[in-house]
Amino acid sequence: VQRSPLIPEMATQEVQLNETLAHLKTESETLKSKLEEERAKLHDVELHQVAEKVEGLGQFVMKTRRTLKGHGNKVLCMDWCKDKRRIVSSSQDGKVIVWDAFTTNKEHAVTMPCTWVMACAYAPSGCAVACGGLDNKCSVYPLSLDKNENLAAKKKSVAMHTNYLSACSFTNSDMQILTSSGDGTCALWDVESGQLLQSFHGHAADVLCLDLAPSETGNTFVSGGCDKKANVWDMRSGQCIQSFETHESDINSVRYYPSGDAFASGSDDATCRLYDLRADREVAIYSKESIIFGVSSVDFSLSGRLLFGGYNDYTINVWDVLKGTRVSILFGHENRVSTLRVSPDGTAFSTGSWDHTLRVCDDCYFFIGIKYNQNLCTFNFTPCAPDKPPLSLTATHLPKYSNLKKHIYRST
Amino acid sequence: MLPKGRDIIDWLIQKYNVSEEESLHVGGMLVKYGYIYPLKEPRSLVLRPDESPYRFQVSRSSPIQYVYLDTIYLAKKNIRKQGELMEYEKERYSVLHKRINHTWDFVVMQAREQLRASKQRRKADRIVLECQEQAYWLINRPPPGVHNVLDVGLERPNNFSARVTLVSGFIAFIYFLFVKYSEQYLNHDPIMQGCLPSNPWISDDTAHWTMNADMVPTPTRLRVERWSFSFMELLEDSMGRREFMTYLEKEFSAENLCFWQACEDVRHGESSRIVEKVEDIYKNFLAPGAARWVNIDSKTMDKTLEGIRHPHRFVMDDAQMHIYFLMKKDSYPRYLKSDLYKNMLAKAIVPQETKKSVFPFMRRQRHSSPSPAQAATQAEDGQAKGAGQADIDRIFVITEINRRTQLRCLS
Repeated sequence: VQRSPLIPEMATQEVQLNETLAHLKTESETLKSKLEEERAKLHDVELHQVAEKVEGLGQFVMKTRRTLKGHGNKVLCMDWCKDKRRIVSSSQDGKVIVWDAFTTNKEHAVTMPCTWVMACAYAPSGCAVACGGLDNKCSVYPLSLDKNENLAAKKKSVAMHTNYLSACSFTNSDMQILTSSGDGTCALWDVESGQLLQSFHGHAADVLCLDLAPSETGNTFVSGGCDKKANVWDMRSGQCIQSFETHESDINSVRYYPSGDAFASGSDDATCRLYDLRADREVAIYSKESIIFGVSSVDFSLSGRLLFGGYNDYTINVWDVLKGTRVSILFGHENRVSTLRVSPDGTAFSTGSWDHTLRVCDDCYFFIGIKYNQNLCTFNFTPCAPDKPPLSLTATHLPKYSNLKKHIYRST
Repeated sequence: MLPKGRDIIDWLIQKYNVSEEESLHVGGMLVKYGYIYPLKEPRSLVLRPDESPYRFQVSRSSPIQYVYLDTIYLAKKNIRKQGELMEYEKERYSVLHKRINHTWDFVVMQAREQLRASKQRRKADRIVLECQEQAYWLINRPPPGVHNVLDVGLERPNNFSARVTLVSGFIAFIYFLFVKYSEQYLNHDPIMQGCLPSNPWISDDTAHWTMNADMVPTPTRLRVERWSFSFMELLEDSMGRREFMTYLEKEFSAENLCFWQACEDVRHGESSRIVEKVEDIYKNFLAPGAARWVNIDSKTMDKTLEGIRHPHRFVMDDAQMHIYFLMKKDSYPRYLKSDLYKNMLAKAIVPQETKKSVFPFMRRQRHSSPSPAQAATQAEDGQAKGAGQADIDRIFVITEINRRTQLRCLS
């Protein structure tokens, strides 16, 4: 009965308590972030800081050099032949096509007995291709030049997984294939016998991609999966020797840096990241606020200075690996870019898309030119966006030649 | 202002609300485990409640980093003391060498770099860092007979959390290597710098590919230069490998390369032929009195011979690696200094830049090439047809402009 006069007091105390709690919470949050700041200061420099003195790249302008039309459905995967001009590609409708991308001629075509052929690879000798997808297998087709021969007749079933095949790659020869699968494992197979040589367990979900290391001992590879992890494996023992988990979503693509000491990854979290194997950590993130769609595939230019990324918003973004900035954006595909590879000698890169086409791209430049006599001569050089002529082509820029007709020329 | 021993004890008393005795104990443990280290008398890992200066160690590393740091420290000591390491250090060094054999160059480079950098530091900074390092390794690799404070009994997966480490300079050096690599390969990157005589995808002229084919009488200069970047580059180029073989023959050590190639064949060839190939290797390279006997250390030889009794794909790995590093450390550097290489470099071709035309319809006919799927003889790459130049009145031919050129003002 005596309680009612106490309640208001208690209420006040309670309010005070809550206020104190709230105050303490904010204080602890502030301290936490301060701590992170101080810890970050203790960290060594960032890659772009060390690369400060390196000359900047300016803007690159990329242009499509070849468009390969022939698939009737989404292109899912592609790979280059060692001859630097041939390509194998696979699509959703089960078709696998081998092209001479230089002439754009189709040289071989196979129809797989399954749809969603998500993985394909060219053999190092150039004499066979491997592919697979929803059939849970990886099959090898020797390429025959007899136009009448049905390639499917000589097909060899090599790998068997318990879920879809997401990626495949020949090792240093035509005799072994490395595969990754939706069943969460990777595996190494002997092509001749179809025997499983080694299996790699460690991912907690679907494995989506893999890449072989170019190291001199040639014994490791990296894989990326839906568990947001990138794992480095010893091919001989089957052990996972290093693991990286900093992405916030599925890793769709992994590719080694040309020296073999690092690798890049592309993820559904709209970022590409660079991981160094010696430092055993992530060393750079390639992202922009304006890029909100996932990365489907990544690859390096020959020197490793440029990182190409194919995105689900139909674009290709090109990053300066050292400085962390974007140096080019390429439009052109009319649907997602699903696969991207730089050619073996680095002269071009190829992309495959859900818009049913593949493109081979390179960089180019635009310039302003002036006609003077019949055989023109001097040029002003300016980089600018493709299909968008430089706007301010006024006399003030070119006072000496203001009375001459100016033309805008584009390189081939 | 460096914290003094007294300061640390006072701080601990306040922080944990404990007595001086307990604070001394906790503080002592922090020093023993290396979280704090003394600048005076670095070998004496105790916390003195006086004016002695102390410093805090920096944060933790992962097992892989630890291996590298350990090796780099020993490499530095080895260089400084010209091989006069303590016995237990020598042993450890040799174990580490085996473990990260494939990145040994990196370790030596880093050790040299750190030694060079430390010479340039102010004396005070140098002393601090040396104390820091010394204290760290005293704890993490105690000399025989000294109590190992980090002994945690049976090895458990999360033991490494107890280790602290020095990462200063290590990460920065790795970034430096990225910069160096891209600088070295810049001229070889067609998308960055263009390629000579022209990029086939742009000019429709396959001359670049023809000039860089496997079997050319004279290689291009860039190609020969690339052989000097690393041993792997030399071996990956079939022409480079042939040249190197010629050099080795002159040195009477060609069996090394033959052996290496035979081992590669075992590793990457058909499973069904492994036994037969290993037998051949034994007969030709390993058996006593073999025609092309290779010089492998006895330990590796014994292990390999044992393994050969039950041959498998990786049975030659150790021997192959031994010979690979032998060639890399010995024959390869000498090859690069040899007349054979220098002459090759001197007579290598630098292709002329193709003068390009501007307009798309000037495009040449794109010729197909023999498919690798057929055993082909060299097919001729047809001559490009001259396009109808007459109809076009605004033809001007320009040379490829370096894409890094900035806007040039005409006036």
